[in-house]
Amino acid sequence: MSARKNLQSSLGTRFIVPSFEFALTPLLLIAYNFKTPMIKQLEEIESSALQELGSIDNIKQLESWQVRYLGKKSQLTKILRSLATLSLDKRKTVGAYANEVKGNLENRLEQKRQVLREVELAASARREDIDITLPGRPFPVGHLHPITQTLYEICDIFVSMGFQVVEGPEVEWDYYNFEALNIPKEHPARDTMSTSWIDSGTEGGERPMLLRTHTTSVSARIIETMHPPIRVVEPGKVYRYEASDATHTPMFYQIDGLAVDKGITMADLKGTLYEFSRRFFGEDRKVRFRCDYFPFVEPGIEMAIECLVCNGKGCRLCGNSGWIEILGAGMTHPQVLQCGGIDPEVYQSFAFGIGIERLPMLRYGIDDIRLFYGSDLRFLRQF
Amino acid sequence: MKIPLKWLQEYIGITLTPADLANRLTMAGTEVKGMQDIGGSWANIVVGQITAINPHPNADRLSLATVDLGTEQQTVVTGAPNLKVGDKVAFAYVRAQLVDGHSGRLFRLKSAKIRGVVSNGMVCSEKELGISDNHEEIIVLPMGVEVGASIADYLGDVILDLDITPNRPDCLSVIGIAKEVTALTGQGLDLPEVSYEESISPIDQQISVEIAAPDLCPRYCASLITGVKIAESPKWMQQRLLACGMRPISNIVDITNYVMLEYGQPLHAFDYHQIRGKRIIVRRATDGEAIVTLDGIERTLSEYMLVIADEEGAVAIAGVMGGAGSEVGEETTSILLESANFNPASIHYTGRTLRLPSEACMRFERGIRPELTLPALKHATQLIIQIAGGQAARGLADEYPGKLEQKPILLSTSQVERLLGIEFSLDQIVSVLTSLGFDCKIRESEVWATPPYWRSDIHQAVDLIEEVARIIGYDKIPTTMLSQPLPRPDPDSIIRLKQKTRCSLVGYGFQEVITYSLTSLEMLNRLLPEPHPLEPMPLRVANPMTADQEYLRPNLRANLLAALCANRRHEDGGIKLFELGRIYLPRQKDLPEEPEMLCGILSGDRLEKSWQGGDELLTFFDAKGVMEGLLNRLGVEASFEQGSEESLHPNKQAALVIAGNRLGVVGELHPKVSQAFEIGETVCLFEINLTALLSLTIGHKIFQPIPKFPSIVRDLAIVVDAEITHQEVQNIIKGYPLVVQVALFDVYSGEQVPPGKKSLAYRITFQSPTHTLTDEEVNRVQQQILSKLTSEFSATLRG
Ligand SMILES: [Zn+2]
Repeated sequence: MSARKNLQSSLGTRFIVPSFEFALTPLLLIAYNFKTPMIKQLEEIESSALQELGSIDNIKQLESWQVRYLGKKSQLTKILRSLATLSLDKRKTVGAYANEVKGNLENRLEQKRQVLREVELAASARREDIDITLPGRPFPVGHLHPITQTLYEICDIFVSMGFQVVEGPEVEWDYYNFEALNIPKEHPARDTMSTSWIDSGTEGGERPMLLRTHTTSVSARIIETMHPPIRVVEPGKVYRYEASDATHTPMFYQIDGLAVDKGITMADLKGTLYEFSRRFFGEDRKVRFRCDYFPFVEPGIEMAIECLVCNGKGCRLCGNSGWIEILGAGMTHPQVLQCGGIDPEVYQSFAFGIGIERLPMLRYGIDDIRLFYGSDLRFLRQF
Repeated sequence: MKIPLKWLQEYIGITLTPADLANRLTMAGTEVKGMQDIGGSWANIVVGQITAINPHPNADRLSLATVDLGTEQQTVVTGAPNLKVGDKVAFAYVRAQLVDGHSGRLFRLKSAKIRGVVSNGMVCSEKELGISDNHEEIIVLPMGVEVGASIADYLGDVILDLDITPNRPDCLSVIGIAKEVTALTGQGLDLPEVSYEESISPIDQQISVEIAAPDLCPRYCASLITGVKIAESPKWMQQRLLACGMRPISNIVDITNYVMLEYGQPLHAFDYHQIRGKRIIVRRATDGEAIVTLDGIERTLSEYMLVIADEEGAVAIAGVMGGAGSEVGEETTSILLESANFNPASIHYTGRTLRLPSEACMRFERGIRPELTLPALKHATQLIIQIAGGQAARGLADEYPGKLEQKPILLSTSQVERLLGIEFSLDQIVSVLTSLGFDCKIRESEVWATPPYWRSDIHQAVDLIEEVARIIGYDKIPTTMLSQPLPRPDPDSIIRLKQKTRCSLVGYGFQEVITYSLTSLEMLNRLLPEPHPLEPMPLRVANPMTADQEYLRPNLRANLLAALCANRRHEDGGIKLFELGRIYLPRQKDLPEEPEMLCGILSGDRLEKSWQGGDELLTFFDAKGVMEGLLNRLGVEASFEQGSEESLHPNKQAALVIAGNRLGVVGELHPKVSQAFEIGETVCLFEINLTALLSLTIGHKIFQPIPKFPSIVRDLAIVVDAEITHQEVQNIIKGYPLVVQVALFDVYSGEQVPPGKKSLAYRITFQSPTHTLTDEEVNRVQQQILSKLTSEFSATLRG
């Protein structure tokens, strides 16, 4: 709109006060004084061209106007070509005037073209108007399983603290799952981890095989095979001989962690776990470390966070305690290090184990653990 | 373990509120998972004294009781049969909250007119207060209680529900908890004084004890009490047992349970007259030996189990359950009271094998100390004499072949600091250990600490350090970050390969699923178009929870197909699922192989339904395209050859070949298999063994310079026999110099070409690394290609 306004005002200047403008141009005054027929012709050309230009409203008309007034066969061009035949005097006055007219017409042509382009663009934009509320053309979208997402998130946190991600077998010897972790046969701690045993076909089962009940079995193998310094996290599936319900599945995920080196302390363990909680649950989430018992650590720790629902006031989710247990940890029992060939007098070690399902359940408010392994797209697509 | 606070307070003064006490215990390792406040709702219920009882004017079975409440008197209607003038009772004012005696629901007491007499209040039964199920009698309080005082002061209590960790059997007792509280609060301990008169002839003249299996029975103690009278135990004892979750049975049995809860030492009472030969023999059971236990069930034993026997046979399964033959009954007059110590593993095995978990079993299998036997035995004997009458024999039987002294353990301040990362003074350390009952001998910066007789979980210095840390509080330990040098970085691992793979597939629009590793033969058999036994048989779980979780999956297909079928019930359109997980392939006398497999399935519409159209279906070539895209991302060169898997369509499957190995497969599902999974549509599937692929994905990529000279593109359409494969043609074209890229852009068979023939159209890109190609150069190569194709496959240019 503003371009058009500019043009109107410039046209106006030219037509409304011609005398003022001419008065300032000595060359034109001369032309006025000696109005030859050619000058008169040029005047007519210019005035009719400008008049016509004013009524043009599309590019096509403009182009034919250009041909007519500025083209090779136009009168103006003919006049310019004929200049050579004129006397020097005449050539000067007429030539100057003709070029003046030509320049003027070309300028006006450009201005008009600009205006028409704007108008054209606005018109075409109106024509090509789309309903932007129509859905986009679908690109296929897949989702990582919420458990995978959680595991990756946790691994990333520990990797950034210098831990490596390692894995171990899911079908495991009794030895690595229990014996090497200070849980001998008939130890009451075995009762808390009901075990699915593998039918190995051998009588008496002199070397019993089982589905690992925790990923701590990987730690037992790492202690045996790696040399300090060790910093690993061990994600994976674990199994229990348990019936399914809203809070239990016979298969679920854990991630264990293990650090072995000279000079590792329980303060380092607290720091590492605190950092994990800070990054996973957020800066403001309060953390509590209390004494707990696991046969493969001493001292043993349970880490809890302030309840996500009631923020510590006590509710059904946290059993009115205000705290939600997140993981078990502790300083690796000397017996366990010794069993794997690491001298506990030289090296210290900490270990921790986190149950995975609980975390997305807390985060998203999922109330039935079985949903994770039911493969229902209506569930999986939400994450 | 449930601990009534009032019982605990008999041994230790507690100034903390119950909530604070619970918190201290929890932080120090004894988790209080619940607290029950008995009497918390007893506002408006007070002690009253019956001053008069008059008959109800309109009802024979009701009476009018006048109750003195200290400041006033109230007359109420009651139906209780046990009222006497002078009794002190629980009186509920109007507005008190009570339990309805019939429905068991809570209600608020209102003023009521009963058979024409207005009753403003009520005398309560135990059930109405929510203490027990007794609704027949009203509560009669001891005479010492003060009239007008709140009833909660006398009958109220707080029950702590504790979660005791398996290493602390000593905390499965009120006294054990009292000792913890002492260490946590510094309050002194006041344990029961035990003394009783031993008035009849010495015990060793009346019974002999022989331990034939000392490895399974380190200690066996017993007392003998004659002339007892079996009856109900006193109310206070019954109430405590109930509060702890045990059912009162008779005075003798209740005393054994009460003392077990008090000391943590299980006891067993035999009817002395049923012990044949007056001999107790602690021995292994013989294989197949049978005994009828207290619950009336005959149990068959094995040589791994321990029995208490008399001259003729087993009279009890040691530590697990008594025998019916020697059970204390109404006729019993003499009690042989056993307080013994058994091998934890043996008890655990027996309890587990016979499926007889019990309070006693739980304590023995966690390893209580043999020193506990005598104090518990003496207190129980005293209580029997007090409550059931009778006389104790002089002395106690005490066989102790497994005597094991607590040994002193050396601990230094530097050890504590090294493990905890904080320095504690020797004084602090010694004061904690002393408060827990350890005997401490200080030597410069070290202490020799001997655990108290009741602790079975202290064996080495780290155990002492935990004691110090947990009593001082874990919150006193600072938080620091690991400061050691970082371990060596990990090489290219399966972890990264899996992550790349997952991200690629999600990018292609696949949804990740995770399914159970356990499945059933029935499910696996659905993958076979013609039934035959699986070879090899998948690994079987010896104790499957359910029939559909009996075998470890040898492939991911079955679960994915089941997932597809289940989702079809509520999903139209395309479904693309993948799982990346392990399969389990049995090996001889070894753990199974657990390769990481990728399996994807595709079915239905290729594109989501859209207003812009697109209703193609997913086909074999989509599955193959996904595989090719993935392998390209992983930087792996692969080829495909005809596959031969029975579960797949015989003509529409290809094996993935990488470096000469078949590492995967792509194909359309065999129609019979689809049918078996109740899938009524075409399903395509692909599978890659990522574990096998891993070594082939490792290797450095080498940069190829971007071409400096322009390329020339030519289209070449040829007609060949239908049997000639694209790959054969492509291999020939690719073999020529200057050819840098070959793209198939059209395949046609139909009217425009002769029968039995097809047309293949290729876009070939020619480029030289050294100069700008001329048309003549390209024409020459193109001509050579065509002649070669003509000679090899009788190809003709498509006109
Ligand atoms: Zn809460």
